[in-house]
Amino acid sequence: MIEFTIWDILRNLLLATRWTIVLSAVSFVGGGIVGLGLLFLRISKRKWSRSLAKYYIELFQGTPLLMQLFIAFFGLGLFGIDVPAWLAAGLALILWSAAFLGEIWRGCVEAIAKGQWEASASLGMGRLQQMRYVILPQAMKIAVPPTVGFSVQVIKGTALTSIIGFVELSKAGTVVTNATFQPFTVYGLVALIYFALCCPLSKSSQILERKLNVAHRNH
Amino acid sequence: MSLIEITEVRKSYGENEVLKGINLDVEPGEVIAIIGKSGSGKSTLLRCINGLETISKGSISVAGAQLHDDEVHLKALRLKVGMIFQQFNLFPHLTVGGNVMLSQMVVKKTAKPEAEKMARRMLERVGLKQKFDAYPDELSGGQQQRVAIARALAMQPMALLCDEITSALDPELVAEVLAVVRELAAEGMTLLMVTHEMKFARDVCSRVVFMHQGRVHEIGRPGEVFANPQTPELKQFLGLH
Repeated sequence: MIEFTIWDILRNLLLATRWTIVLSAVSFVGGGIVGLGLLFLRISKRKWSRSLAKYYIELFQGTPLLMQLFIAFFGLGLFGIDVPAWLAAGLALILWSAAFLGEIWRGCVEAIAKGQWEASASLGMGRLQQMRYVILPQAMKIAVPPTVGFSVQVIKGTALTSIIGFVELSKAGTVVTNATFQPFTVYGLVALIYFALCCPLSKSSQILERKLNVAHRNH
Repeated sequence: MSLIEITEVRKSYGENEVLKGINLDVEPGEVIAIIGKSGSGKSTLLRCINGLETISKGSISVAGAQLHDDEVHLKALRLKVGMIFQQFNLFPHLTVGGNVMLSQMVVKKTAKPEAEKMARRMLERVGLKQKFDAYPDELSGGQQQRVAIARALAMQPMALLCDEITSALDPELVAEVLAVVRELAAEGMTLLMVTHEMKFARDVCSRVVFMHQGRVHEIGRPGEVFANPQTPELKQFLGLH
């Protein structure tokens, strides 16, 4: 029987970690872009666009991410579309993140005092100008902690994609366990790697919060 | 032609009609005080004039610009009337200078150096040119309100709407804001102000409008309105019996 050293295990896990990072980044950035679109739909003056965004968000927040992954992976397959695991994983995570980010950011935008909208409107600014120059700069400051907090959720969410066969950190953990029969060591290391990814994000959120407070004053 | 023409304006929130047919024409250079109890519709009327509230019936025009509920018309209207609020509503993430420059650059597309020159001039006009680089939260309420006035003036409006602009201020800060308004009035700016400063209304305004239950109940020169109120409601409001 082959002996595996800790380094053998760790090396293989770290190679798979690359995919966890790539998938997290793609989901977060893609989700951010779609989420920004959702935010604008959600606070639009038009009723249909508000409803559209609302139902989208309710749908994706009200169903488990795992089901969304299954539907993206198997559901499209039913229509004869062959979806590779990485595509299904990326797509489902982007749509899922967008729903949460859109809703988090809506809360931040609505937290800005009504007077800011009224003052900027009375100066002749259009809605997009109000958002860009007055509302978003203030909303972004309060959005940082929940947004970075959510990015931690995204990283942990990528673990679910192991179920549809995308080889990221968790899937690699299973594969390595099957070869080494050392589940405690392997999953212990997997957990440590996840922690190493998430902890700096939480920390940087705190630092950013302080920085933004200095730049934009304490209001 | 009057600068501001308010014709048969009605405004309802659901079943509740807060403006019941308002007619008011304001000539250029007039300073008008709108007084009345809270709930009489005076703030609502002011907010309707620059489209912060939509009107249910009637029409409002400012220097030929009609009030319509679309962005193009609203913008044209709002370039002609500035508004100053009870709560100042300065942009807290921008410096005082940034506050006064922003809308010039964004709405009027003025180049930055010109916008800055204008901002410095307007801040000097309200006596705050040394505060150009300060942030709003470093200023007193009275100073913040004066910045808000400078910000509105920088857009070179033909009229200013003042919605209880001294009501959120400590008593000792009221005077400095009123002094600025008094100066504007003397320079010929058209002003429409909802106010509780009766003495100021008496001294500075050309006409006083007393609103009661969504209607213009009494209107006239301050001398007549204050000295010789015609209706029991106004007598009661002024504390005369």
